[in-house]
Parts: sequence; structure tokens; C-alpha cells
Amino acid sequence: MSITNTEPIDPKVYQEMGLSDEEYGKITEVLGRHPTYTEVGMFAVMWSEHCGYKYSRPILRYFSKYKEAIDGAGLENAGIIDIGGGYGVCFKIESHNHPSAVEPFQGAATGVGGILRDIFTMGARPIACLNSLRFGSLSDARNRYLFEHVVGGIGFYGNCVGVPTVAGEVYFEECYAGNPLLNAMAIGIMKHEDVAYARAEGIGNPVLLVGSRTGRDGIHGATFASVELTEESESRKSNVQMGDPFTEKLLIEATLEALKTGYITGIQDMGAAGITCSTCETSAKAGTGMKVDVRKVPLRETGMTPYEIMLSESQERMLAIVEKGHENDVAAVFKKWGLHAVVVGEVTDDGLVHVYDGDELVAQVPAKTLADDAPTYQLKTSEPAYLKDVQNYDLSKIKEPTDYTEALMKVLGSESIASKEWVYGQYDHMVQTNTAVLPGSDAAVLRIRETTKGIAATTDCNGRYCYLDPFMGAQIAVAEAARNLACSGARPIGATDCLNFGNPEKPEAFWQFERAVKGMAEACDFFHAPVVSGNVSFYNETPEMAIYPTPVVGLLGIIGDVEKRCTSEFKNQGDFVILISGTRVNDEEKSEPVCELESLGGSEYLNTIHGLAVGRPPKLDLDREKKVHEVVIRAIEAGLLSSAHDCADGGLAIALAESCIMGKVGAEISLLANCAPAAALFAETQSRIVVSLPTDKLGALREIVDELGVESTVLGKVSGNKLNISVNDVSLVSAPVAEMELTWRTSIGSKMDE
Amino acid sequence: MKFGVVIFPGSNCDQDAFCAVRDVLGQPVEYIWHQSTDVSGFDCIVLPGGFSYGDYLRTGAVARFSPVMNAVQDFADNGGRLIGICNGFQILCEAHLLPGALIDNNGLRFICKHVNLRVENNNTDFTNLCSEGQVLSIPIAHHGGNYYADADTLKKIEDNNQVILRYCDSAGKVTPEANPNGSLNNIAGIINDRGNVAGMMPHPERAVESILGSEDGTLILQSIVERLMA
Repeated sequence: MSITNTEPIDPKVYQEMGLSDEEYGKITEVLGRHPTYTEVGMFAVMWSEHCGYKYSRPILRYFSKYKEAIDGAGLENAGIIDIGGGYGVCFKIESHNHPSAVEPFQGAATGVGGILRDIFTMGARPIACLNSLRFGSLSDARNRYLFEHVVGGIGFYGNCVGVPTVAGEVYFEECYAGNPLLNAMAIGIMKHEDVAYARAEGIGNPVLLVGSRTGRDGIHGATFASVELTEESESRKSNVQMGDPFTEKLLIEATLEALKTGYITGIQDMGAAGITCSTCETSAKAGTGMKVDVRKVPLRETGMTPYEIMLSESQERMLAIVEKGHENDVAAVFKKWGLHAVVVGEVTDDGLVHVYDGDELVAQVPAKTLADDAPTYQLKTSEPAYLKDVQNYDLSKIKEPTDYTEALMKVLGSESIASKEWVYGQYDHMVQTNTAVLPGSDAAVLRIRETTKGIAATTDCNGRYCYLDPFMGAQIAVAEAARNLACSGARPIGATDCLNFGNPEKPEAFWQFERAVKGMAEACDFFHAPVVSGNVSFYNETPEMAIYPTPVVGLLGIIGDVEKRCTSEFKNQGDFVILISGTRVNDEEKSEPVCELESLGGSEYLNTIHGLAVGRPPKLDLDREKKVHEVVIRAIEAGLLSSAHDCADGGLAIALAESCIMGKVGAEISLLANCAPAAALFAETQSRIVVSLPTDKLGALREIVDELGVESTVLGKVSGNKLNISVNDVSLVSAPVAEMELTWRTSIGSKMDE
Repeated sequence: MKFGVVIFPGSNCDQDAFCAVRDVLGQPVEYIWHQSTDVSGFDCIVLPGGFSYGDYLRTGAVARFSPVMNAVQDFADNGGRLIGICNGFQILCEAHLLPGALIDNNGLRFICKHVNLRVENNNTDFTNLCSEGQVLSIPIAHHGGNYYADADTLKKIEDNNQVILRYCDSAGKVTPEANPNGSLNNIAGIINDRGNVAGMMPHPERAVESILGSEDGTLILQSIVERLMA
């Protein structure tokens, strides 16, 4: 059977779906006729930026693993990293920004659900979730509403499915007010022999739809992700899917159990573009085709058209290709868990996806064209004009604070620095009983049962740095993530990225995108952390403003012996407090303490105290950065350290304050500086880690430091119940730990409970 | 001696409880499917935490009608040791195997954190390895752990020493500040009047190894073993 006598589609119809006249022309060329209404919908969604990466694909080639995969065997399962002992881990981060902007609770919930399906569809058991969030300031009621419901939605979904949410980050900046960011990450673990493939192998094999019924929710969600947010976006609520974590929990257990039967030859989750995406991608990967009948799809509403069924993004569904004759064995597992499992079609040998509505053929398109041949575009880039102004700002004219303790308290209480306990306290971060370092430290650590190893995980991105210099900002994101891992004792093994940017059709935004990807790719290569998965989210702007370029990296590391893991809080009175750094500070013998004024660029101090986002991000020397990590990891492995804490947002003073607060102890610290004391306290100089250790272990630490050729400076001792800091022998900060704790711990909660 | 851990659709602490019994207590343990109608051969049954049936209705309200619950009811009536943890506690209250009810936390948010618990009665099947007044550190993770009972019931269970655990501060003082969810009298765990059925919102199976930050939960689980061996 084939489709003939089709009429031209009204340009208004396909333009509304996001296709250009040229793209429509290409479709008619491929098909040799005009497309049906169902077919136009399928092309529009598969060729959207969200699914087809039509703008980002050329730039993503900077990622070496991506380039290798695209040029070679394809992307599939590029994401699995061997961790020894027969185990592999897979992990991925994905945005759900626009849904969260219009329907924060469900938008966030389904973001979590979608990323989890990406993991267990590979045959892995999800062991942890992380999330990276951005909002406007909490002084605004709308932002508080978005924050409350995004966090609520993440908890609603993650808590119910029984996967611990162990780490993440939250930043608050005005540029995210109209367009908050929700990036959800999940990690899974599997035995290598249990890996499942998203391939429609075996001509004549039955195709099963399993999980939830299909409804009208989320139609054209992927297209919605590929436009800017406007006033009308509120009316797009029907593009947002509804999450059902209970069904997802059943689907996790049923899928992993069904895979054990050995009869599933291929399986793919259904996220963006629903049945359209899963049928054409699994066929394209195997070089086969597929026949499906939409009338066999279990529906949640009556009167749904083939177009609606093919494009629905109803959640908690999977497409499974099963060895012929064993469909009942597989269906029985899903039915045991109370889920639908219905044969909706079969694998064909002709490379076409045939969609039937009962007896009527309503779409017939080449699988590969839909899945892989989205047109790609080389977009123009142009360096944004604002950069020169902000980068050339004269930092020497910044006024020193009159009271440094007060400045410290203000920075500690700022929304981006303050404790995120209000957030992670609403997430079950302990279920599965593997969480060896709870949220709040630099990186979460999970033990891997039946081994001595641990996995450390973190997400990172300072959007302000990326706004000031996207290349350097993206490199720092990777460096800081690796530093977080080092503080727990882990070396990086792989990365995933979520690239959040503005409208790529604007040359300035695309310039930011290209620079950031280049920076991130180079840094990941440097740390031997291959980028194994990722996601691009464009059009993060409103008519008022675009977001800061926000390339979030999720980094995974391995600790050889999880019992040796380290945390960030000071533990023992009398311990030395030492700064391990790439560059010199405080070194009297060499007589020249470093001036850190430049490293105030983009700092939280400038933002909170002076209301400025100016300067350049701090300099970064990747080689020195890595050596600092290696010192700390080796010292942790040797059991020398009591604590290790990344020196990042807020600078040295904030790192010290946090180690004091979490350890409920004080410290006596003296610094030297040859320029403004505020810079010594608050500059965000890179490649620095604050460690503490028993005094008798200093010699052993110094040996490691000297071997690697970095710097270590004794800053003082853990002592008393106040943080006292002097700069050039002048006492500048004296803050009782209890007061700092109150400010830091309650800053967010008190705003939310007003 | 054999433990059984019930799996309801939506249970998510079943594996944690299973591992705690098998790996930490070193006792035989099997899963019990929610459609099972036979629980013979078990000496202690655990109703684990999670979100049975999604808890889309009142927590535990659907699970109590699972086929397995008739058998569990008979098991308890015959003196079998039965412990409900978190969602399991909610189910036991819904099934009237324990008095009172668990309503939404007074803050209306999910709470996950380590809390301190004071052992109120150490002469029970579930606390006999603790000393009276001992402070245990065990985590909670729930949205509906706010224990409620009418005045008569509350008086009865208090007079009868059925309250086994109360939320307290690190020094063991039972204060309003130490109450995470609004529970009446800071109640975190109770037993039935016969003493063979317990329910508690905190998760002892999450505090059984030093790597998890506390081993205090072992005292609760091991107490059951002690009593069964006696």
C-alpha cells in the first residue's frame, strides 16, 4: 500500500508547526509527493531543534566523543562507562526549561521522569538524580512560586520512584526570572551483559507499546521547546505533559525484569515526539522499517486522531521490539506490574515507517530521513557588543567595604551562596541506602555495592562567568566540577552537558554557544572526562531578556576506596587549615603575595555587595588546576586530610565560613595581600582547595605538594567557635559560627515561608 | 527464623529492608508479593516504605485492601511480629492494626533528614536492645508523618506505654522544635496493645551501617531477632 493523491499543505499549517518553506520543500522532495497532515506533524517535531539539533549539530562536533560517534557507529550507548568489576554506569542530563516556566510543578516532575527513562531504557537501574536550577531573585513573588513548585515537582516525582536526589545546584539571577532553568540528571548502573539497545532488529518481530495509555498531553512539546517564551506561552500549558511517578516506578521494575527474559531485542523510551520518535529512531538505527496501527494504541481519551496519537508526549511509555513468538512472555511481565503491553505493529525490511489508522495508511516516511536527516544550518556568529564594556571595567575603583564581617555575612546570606537545605530537604536523598556523602558537601558520593568503590557526582556552571566570557566560563565549570570531585577523593571518568542558551538565530547568542562549547569540550578532554551524553536547550529568552549563557556540566568520578571519602566540614580543633593552590599566596619567603584583584571579576561579592556583573572571570590554568586536584586526591587516599572544600563562589572567606558552619567549629586565619583586602577575602581565584589536617600530617602533605609542584600555605588553625580572619596582621573578620550558620542556613527558607 | 518483606506496587524501600535483614542482621529473608494470600512460614513481616499505589489517595488507603493484607491481618492476630516503616506505618493505621492516623506534615512539605528519637519503652519486641531514654539517630523521609489520634486513643496508648519512640533533641529532650512534622506528643513510633505490631515513621533500615551515617537502626531490627530467638 502507498499514499497517493495528496494535496499541498497550507503553509500556515506547517509554519505554525515550526517548518520553513524550504524544509517543506525538502519533505516533498524526499516523499515525491505532498505529505499528509500526520506526516507534516511528524517531520515538524523530528526536525525541530529539540529533536533534530538542526542548529547545534555542527558545533557539537567539538565534543570528541560526539564526533567519533556521529562519524562512526552512531550515538547509541556511547554513554556507558566501564567502572570495572563487570559494571558500567550511564548518565545523562536534560533540560525541561520551557515546561517549567509555564507549569513549574508538572514541568519539573516530567523532566525527572524523562531523564530516568533515558537511563533504564539502557538496561541500567537508576541509582541517583541530580538537578541544576536557575531562577530570578526570591524577592519577587512569581519567582518564589516557580521555585516552590519546581522543587515540589522534582520531589513529587523523584521521591515516589525511589531514586535518591543526591546533589545539584541552585542559582538566583535576574536574567532567569522570565525563563527559569531546570536541568535534570540521572545516573544508572548495570552489568555489561545487561545493556539494552534501542534498535528495531529482526524483520517480522512484534512491536509493543508498554506502560501508560496515550492521551492528548504534550502534543508538540518538542516544538514548544524550540521557540522563545512570550506572553502567549501561558496558553501552551497543554504542551506540557503530566507526570505519574507511580507508573514510572512500576515501569522501571517491569522493564528491568522484562529485559532479563532475554526476549527484548530493542527498547526505547518515549519522550519528545512520542511514538513518532521511538518508531523512526529504532528503525533507523537498525536499518529496518516499522508498521504501526494507531488504533491498537491504548488511549486515555476518545476521538484522538492519528496525528495526535503519533505526536502525543504522554509520559511513562516505552516501545519494545520483541522476538517473534515471545510477545506474551514479555507482556506477562508488564501485566504482572499492572501495566499495558500491547502489540501495535511489527518490524519491516523496507526502511519506512508506515502508520495505519485501522486499514487506512496515514503516513509512510523513510525512517532514516526523519531520524537522522534533519537539515542542518550554519548560523552566523557575532561577538556581543556588551563584552568589551563589562570586561574592561576598572576593578581598582571598587570601594572597599567599611565592615568586612558585615560583607561576609551578606555574601553568606545571598541566595546563590546560602545553604540549599530548604531544597534538598524536600528530596529523598537516602533511599536505596547507598548515599555515603549526603547533599551539602562538594559532591555526593554513592557506594557501589559488592565493590569497594564509590561514585562521586556533581553539576556545575557559573552563568555569570559565561556571560563575561563564555569560553572561560565553560572551562571553569568543568574545572570546578572536577575540583568538587577531588574534594571527595574522586577522579573524573565522564561528563554530560546541558547547554542552555538564548535564541540561536541571533548571531550574538550563537557566538556565545560556539565559544562555550569549545571551552567545555577542551576542558573535558583535558580532564579525561569524555562527554558521553548531553542536551541542547535554545530559545531561553523572553521579550525582555535572554538568560546568561549557561552550559551546565554534570561530572562523574570514581573513588577507589569509598571508606576513604572526604567531606568539606572542619572536624577537629587544632587541625591546620591549609590552602592548596595553583598559584602562590601568603608566601613570605618569596615575599610577593599575589594580588587577586582581577579575580574579583564576576564574583558573588561584586554581585551581592556592589550589584555588579563585570570584569573577566578568574584566570584558569588547566594544568595547575589538575595538579591541585591530584594533590588533594592523593592526600585523601593516604588518609592525611580531615576535610577538603572547594574554593569557588564567594572566594576564600566563604569557603572557610562554610567549613566552619558545617563542622560547627571556628578557625583562626591570617592572610597576606598586596592589594585590596576584599580581594584577598572574596576573589574567586581558581585552582584552590581549603583542606584541614592534624598538625603531625603536614610533612606528609608537603611531600605530595612538592612532588606535583603546586603551592600549599598554612592559613591557620581550626579553633574556638568564631571565624577570625586577619589580612596583613589587621583583624578584618570576626564572626561567631552560630551567627554565620543562622544567616546561611535560614536565608532561603525564611524568604519562602514569609 | 524467617523475615518477609511485602512488595506493594509503589513500595520503594523494600530492597533496603531486604538488604538490611540479609546483610546486616544475617537472617533469612524473602519478598512477599502483594497478591499473595499465604504468609505461612514467616516469623516477622515488614511492610516497607514507599508510595504504595502512588499514594494518590490518602497514604496507605489503597494498599490496605491488597490481597496480602488479609493474610497479614491473620498473621498479626496469631501473634506474628509485624513492623510497618513509613508507608508501612501508614498502611497499618489505615488497616486498623495500629491506632491513630498519619496526616500531612504540618509544614505541608516532604522532609528528608536525620532526626533524634528517644526510646520511650525499651521493654518491647522492637526496642529491647535499647536502653530507656536512649537517643537514636535515624532518618525520616515522608510527606505525611504527622501522627494524630483522638484524645481518648492518645491517652490510652500513652497510659499503656504503647509509644515507643518520640522525636527529641540531641540531648533527649522532647521539645516542639525537635518535632519535624507536627505529630501529637512528638510520637514517631508506636506498638499495638498486644505488643506484636509496631509502626514507625523513621527508617531503621537506613541506619544500619557506618557508611550511612548511623547504625542505630540496627538496634530496632536486631531487637526483633532477640525476641524471636528467646
